[in-house]
Formats: sequence, structure tokens, C-alpha cells
Amino acid sequence: MTALLPRRGLAQILALIVILAVDRVVSPQFFDLRLQDGRLFGSLIDVLNRGTPVALLSLGMVLVIATRGIDLSVGAVMAICGAIAASLADSHSLPVVLAAALGAGLVCGLWNGFLVAVLGMQPIVATLILMVAGRGIAQLITEGRIVTFSSPDLVWLGNGAILGVPVPIEIALGMLILTGAVVRGSALGLLIEATGGNARASELAGVGTRAMILAVYVWCGVCAALAGVIAAADIMGADANNAGLWLELDAILAVVIGGTSLFGGRFSLVLAVLGALIIQTMNTGILLSGYPPEFNLLVKAVVVLAVLLLQSPKLSGFAGIMARLRRTKP
Amino acid sequence: MENSLDPAPSLLEVRGISKSFGAVRALQEVDFTLRAGEIHALLGENGAGKSTLIKVITGVFPRDAGVVRLGGEEVAPRSAKAALQAGIATVYQEVNLLPNLSVAQNLFLDRQPMRFGIVREGEMRRRAKALLTEFGLDIDVAAPLGNYSIAIQHVTAIARAVDLSARVLILDEPTASLDRHEVEILFGIMRQLARRGIGIVFVSHFLDQVYEISDRITVLRNGRLVGERETASLPRLELIRMMLGRELAETTGARAAANDRPPREICASFENYGKAGYVAPFNLELRHGEVVGLAGLLGSGRTETARLVFSAERADGGQAKVEGASVRLQSPRDGVRHGFGYCPEERKTDGIVAELTVRENIVLALQAKRGLHRPLSRREQDELARRYVKMLDIRPPDAERPVGLLSGGNQQKVLLARWLATAPRLLVLDEPTRGIDVGAHAEIIRLIRELCDDGLALLVISSELDEIVTYSDRVVVLRDRAHVEELSGEAIDVTNILAAIAADGAAMQEARA
Repeated sequence: MTALLPRRGLAQILALIVILAVDRVVSPQFFDLRLQDGRLFGSLIDVLNRGTPVALLSLGMVLVIATRGIDLSVGAVMAICGAIAASLADSHSLPVVLAAALGAGLVCGLWNGFLVAVLGMQPIVATLILMVAGRGIAQLITEGRIVTFSSPDLVWLGNGAILGVPVPIEIALGMLILTGAVVRGSALGLLIEATGGNARASELAGVGTRAMILAVYVWCGVCAALAGVIAAADIMGADANNAGLWLELDAILAVVIGGTSLFGGRFSLVLAVLGALIIQTMNTGILLSGYPPEFNLLVKAVVVLAVLLLQSPKLSGFAGIMARLRRTKP
Repeated sequence: MENSLDPAPSLLEVRGISKSFGAVRALQEVDFTLRAGEIHALLGENGAGKSTLIKVITGVFPRDAGVVRLGGEEVAPRSAKAALQAGIATVYQEVNLLPNLSVAQNLFLDRQPMRFGIVREGEMRRRAKALLTEFGLDIDVAAPLGNYSIAIQHVTAIARAVDLSARVLILDEPTASLDRHEVEILFGIMRQLARRGIGIVFVSHFLDQVYEISDRITVLRNGRLVGERETASLPRLELIRMMLGRELAETTGARAAANDRPPREICASFENYGKAGYVAPFNLELRHGEVVGLAGLLGSGRTETARLVFSAERADGGQAKVEGASVRLQSPRDGVRHGFGYCPEERKTDGIVAELTVRENIVLALQAKRGLHRPLSRREQDELARRYVKMLDIRPPDAERPVGLLSGGNQQKVLLARWLATAPRLLVLDEPTRGIDVGAHAEIIRLIRELCDDGLALLVISSELDEIVTYSDRVVVLRDRAHVEELSGEAIDVTNILAAIAADGAAMQEARA
């Protein structure tokens, strides 16, 4: 699994540590954990729990971005799949609910992949279609209402715990491991990176670049569906207007913080998820600090800027020169 | 080295330039002198330091030591733009202009004639037209630059540079993608500019052209100055010795005796194969252990033939057979599955994945052929990379280096390795030696012969006829997107190829000259 964690994760880990330290300062109980009714509670668990939707989205998004694409529709796909899950929850068993929701995500991904890989549309435009239409579809499913449910199975998916750890966290971790195993355990990772790095050259080398692109959008759709189900399960209802709203931007941000270039090529799943956690740690910290949430956006921007500066080749070139100077000095 | 009867004053004096990248000493105390009105060739193998020297002179890289004097005054530009303002202009192999803008806009980019804050399009076009007329070009300056040939784009870049009152013009591999006729146009312009007193630095791998155009030659090797000579008094063998630092028999136009072998089995055959508007239907048989050369001018259909054969392009008619069995070649995947390999002419855009490592680039085609579910383990990848880095002498021998950081010759070797790793039956090489230094050049030609002896079928495109004659068992000549002649055996020589290329008498004359 070493391939999952490249050498270049230092900036992200440092950033996370710094933010955690700041959180500890604004909220002294930040690292406290307690077990209650067989479930762990505490700010750290809260960060992980609330971070799952974006972490799941970033798992799909990072692959899409690695092929030099982008998927703006994930927030809308969350809304669609959340709406489907909520509508079916009280009348069908959990496997049926999950299959329907994930199947819908898969179809959404296929649609995006079809537009990009087969019709050759620019990803940003192609996925914009579903970003806009998707929310409409979700509203049609919920008939414009907030659909609530009480199915204990689905509620458990959002609020339950296994061995004390909330289920959403375990799902996200499972998806990270599954995605990592599929991508790095097969040749998919290399071929995705090659496709994103130089699609023409990869195609001439015999790589099925279309299939590769189709696959990442499908996976992105499935990840978004799962995030949508968890978000719905969490609030025991589906709000087509607000579910996953703007989360596509957080997912893209997480991927970028994770060091994957929007120009495609090299990607890291672990760092993308770490990016999602950095975002959520900040969000939670600001809430705990008692500052008005408006600050959240500003602070987010500053932290993103800092992480990106740490990654910038110019700056690291500068750091390299400084290091060399120090080394050459006796 | 110094000529006391030197009539022309030094225009550009470079003294004691050194430059290191980390531990690598790219330039060590290099001197270079350019006189006004001369065409001075700067030669050396890949990695000799030519590009670094140019970039240090023009301020793209900061120098570690040394001085640059222009017309006696010390200059230290800190960017290419500052160098341009000081009077040193550079035109690179890949023209750094904007193909989507018009010719006139490119010429006057950043200095458009304005009135009341509005660009005066008419005035700009008039001046662009006048400027290009000086260079013997009569083209529509309102058309996008990208519509024109590379040659015209080059001339436009040069015109722009000269119009920005350049006193020194550095041309880095300007002729690499030009055909013979275009080279003549460029040389005419270079001579005209030299007469106006501009000093021209000419970097090229084509020694014929160096002898044709240059007055003096400076040779670098491994970041050091080897010598500065008058072109007229420097024998070619001596020049190659200076560049390589070792004796190397000059390749003559004579072909190696290779055609006395018995005929081999057919590897792949193409019957009436073609695509409308791309290349006219052709018949082509490729045999194991045989090199077929494709000769013709730029745009004659060489690359198009290669792409059809490999399956990078889909034919709209005809029959393809591999080892006697009919096959359908729809996409590169089909070609790869049938054991074809293709090293394209445009290494950067169609060949390498610059960001990935040498290892990843080498295993790419094999991995694509094996499919997703049968990944090569890291051990197998390392083993493949190690073997080919050694076999092809890829430098630096570091399989984990991003391939984009390698020199052109080594990138080409990585591409060769990528295909050799798939154990192909047919390799299509489009200009395998283009933009590659003399040493790597000879090595790649040796490799082509070796691969062929191992039973591979090869289809090789080259603009260098001497080269084609040296290694081909048969030569197919193309003209105007059609196969017009096939030469084999004793008939393969430069004169015959040129005669076949010539649609009219012009090239025949060139052949005799």
C-alpha cells in the first residue's frame, strides 16, 4: 500500500497538524473522546463523521481530475440519490434502497462519461448539464417536498456505529481501501495517470483512453451516490434543494489540496481524502471557536492558499536553492 | 584559433561562462565569439551544453560565472524579454508564437500600432505586409499563423525578432521540421540578414546544412568548449571527431551490403489500403527481418502511411493481413494487439508522457496490451526498465526520473524501449533520428539494423536520404500523398530516390547538384 502514500504528502500532513493544533487552542476539549451507548463521541469523531460526504466525493473526483477532467455534477447526484433513498426507505429493504441509489449514481456517471469520452465534450461543460438538471430531477423525485423517513436500517447507516466508530466513517474508509485496491492493485492507476498526462500518446500506446475516462466518471457517480445516501441517512430525510449543495467545490478543493493537478496526471487517493479532512477540520474548528460561520469561508481561503503555496514548484525551487546554499556552507 | 587578419569586429563576446544545475556542471568556462555579419554554427551532441549556453546568454537561466559583451558593452539580461530589448533575439525549434492569432498580430504582439487605445488593424497589416515582403514572403497577413507551414511560421518569428532591432539572432534547430525547399528559403533570409550586419548563431544537427550556410563553427562537448574553426577549413570527419571526441567513420551514401539475404516471410501486408483525402490506396508488404524505408518530401504522405499501417488512423478501404490472416485495424489498440509498434514523429505530443517516469513510460504499451486485470508487478516493471535502460544505454540511467527531463535522443530510446517491451512483430518508426545528436543517431541506426536481424519487420520514415539508403532493404517513395515508386536492391540510392520524388525537373537538378 506504499503506492497510496507518495513522498509528497508532507505539506498536507503539516497543514492538518497545524489546524488540529489551532483547534486545540480554540477548543481545549477538542481531542477528548468518550464512549456513550456504544458509540464514540468527540470533536475528532465529529470531524471524521461530517467529513465523510466530501471525502467520498473526493475519491471519485480525484480520479476524474487525474484524467484531466472535472465533475461539477457530484452535488446534484448526491441530491438525486439521497432523494431516491429517502423515498424508498420506508417501503423497501436496505439492499434494495442502496442498489437503487447507487444504480442511479452509476447511471449519472455513465451519462457524464458518455458526454466526455464518447461525444468529446469538455468536462466542465458536460458535467454542468447534470449539475443543473440533477437538482431538478431530485426535486421531481421528492415532488418538491422534504421527504423524511424512519426506516431504522437507513438511519443506522447515517447514525449507527460498529465497534464504537460511526458507520459513515467506516464506509468512507472502506471506499478508500476499495478504490485504492482497485486502482493500484490493477493497472488502472498507471493507465489513468498516462491518460491524464498525455491522452494522445497513451492512445497511441494502445491504452483504451475512452474506457478509462468513462470508468472514472462512473466511479465518481457511485461515490457521489454513496455520499448522498449517507447525507440523507444522517438527517433522516432528503432535501433536494440543499443536499450536497456546493459540495462539488469542496471535493475539487480537497483534490487540489491533496496535490493532484487540475491538468491531470499524477494523483493520490489518500492525499485527496486528507484534503477533505483538512477542510472539515477547519469547518469544525471555526464552529467550535464561536466565531460567526462567515469566517469559515475566509479562513478556508487562507488555508487553501497556504497549502497551495507550499506545493508551488516555484516556491519549492526557492526552498531547494536555500537548502543547497545551507549545505554548501561549511 | 584567433585570426589576426580578422576583418569583422566581434559583436557578441561570451567569456568564461559557467553554469551548474545542482551537481551537474552544464557549462564550464565556455567562450564564444560572434562577429557582425557572420553565420556561426554552434554544434555539439545532445547534452553538450548548446541549449544551456543559449539560455544563459539570453538570460533565461542565471549564469554562475562569466561575462557577455554585446558590441563591447557588458550585458546581463535577466529574461528573454530583456535580452530581446538588448538586441539578442532567439527563435526556437518550436516556434513560440500564437497560432490562433493572425500573422500580423503575431508580428506586432505587445507593440500594436494604437490610436486612442484602439489597435489600428489596417496600419498593422500594412506594416506586417511590408515587413514580410522584405523577407520574400507574400502571404495574407490577416490569416491565422497556424494556417501556414512551419517554415512560414519560422520566417514570421525571425521577422518579428529582426524587426525588434535584433543585432544577434539565435536560431535553435530552425530547419528540423522544414523540407529542402523551405530550408532554401530560410537560408536565403539568413544570408540576407547577415549582409545587413546581423550576427546569426545557427544551432543544427544537420551537418550538410552547417557546411552550406555557416562561416565559422564552435563545438561544445560535455559543457566545455572544444574549439572554434573556420567552416571552410574544417574537414567533416574532423568536425565529427570534435563533436564526439572519438573517431567515427563518416556515413557515406553507400548502402551496407544487406540485400543478399534470402527473402523472408511476409509479416503484414496491405492491399489497396488507403483513406480518402489522407493517402491514396497503396499496396505494401512488410517482411520479417526487412527494413522498408519511406521517402518523400514533407507532406508527401509518409506519416499518413505510417499511421494507417499502425492503425492510428482508420482506413476506408482495402485489406490488411497479419501473418496471412485478414485483420481489421480500427484503433491503436488493434495495432498493438497484433504486435505493431509506432514511434511517432512528434515525440512530445504523441509519444512520451512527460510527467511519468522512464519506467512507467517503458511499461505503458505492454501494460495496455496485457489489460487492466493483469498488472505488471513493480518487480517486473523495474526489471523491464533496468533491462532496456541498459540495452539502449538510456541516460541518465535512472528509471525513476520523469521522462520529460531527458534529452530528445534518450526520450526516443525510451519510446523504442516501450515498443520493444511488447515484443512486437512490426515497428513503425517516424523520423527516429530527428533532432537527435550524432552519437545517438548512429546508435539508433545500429539498433534498427539489429532489430531487423532479429526478425522484426520495420517501416522507417526519414527525411535524411543517406540514412534511408543505409538501412533499407526496400524504399517506397511517396509524392502528393501517393506511393509512386518502390526501389529495391541495387536501385536504392539517393539519386534514384530523388528522381522518384521529383514530380517535375526541379528535384532532378537538385539530385545532380
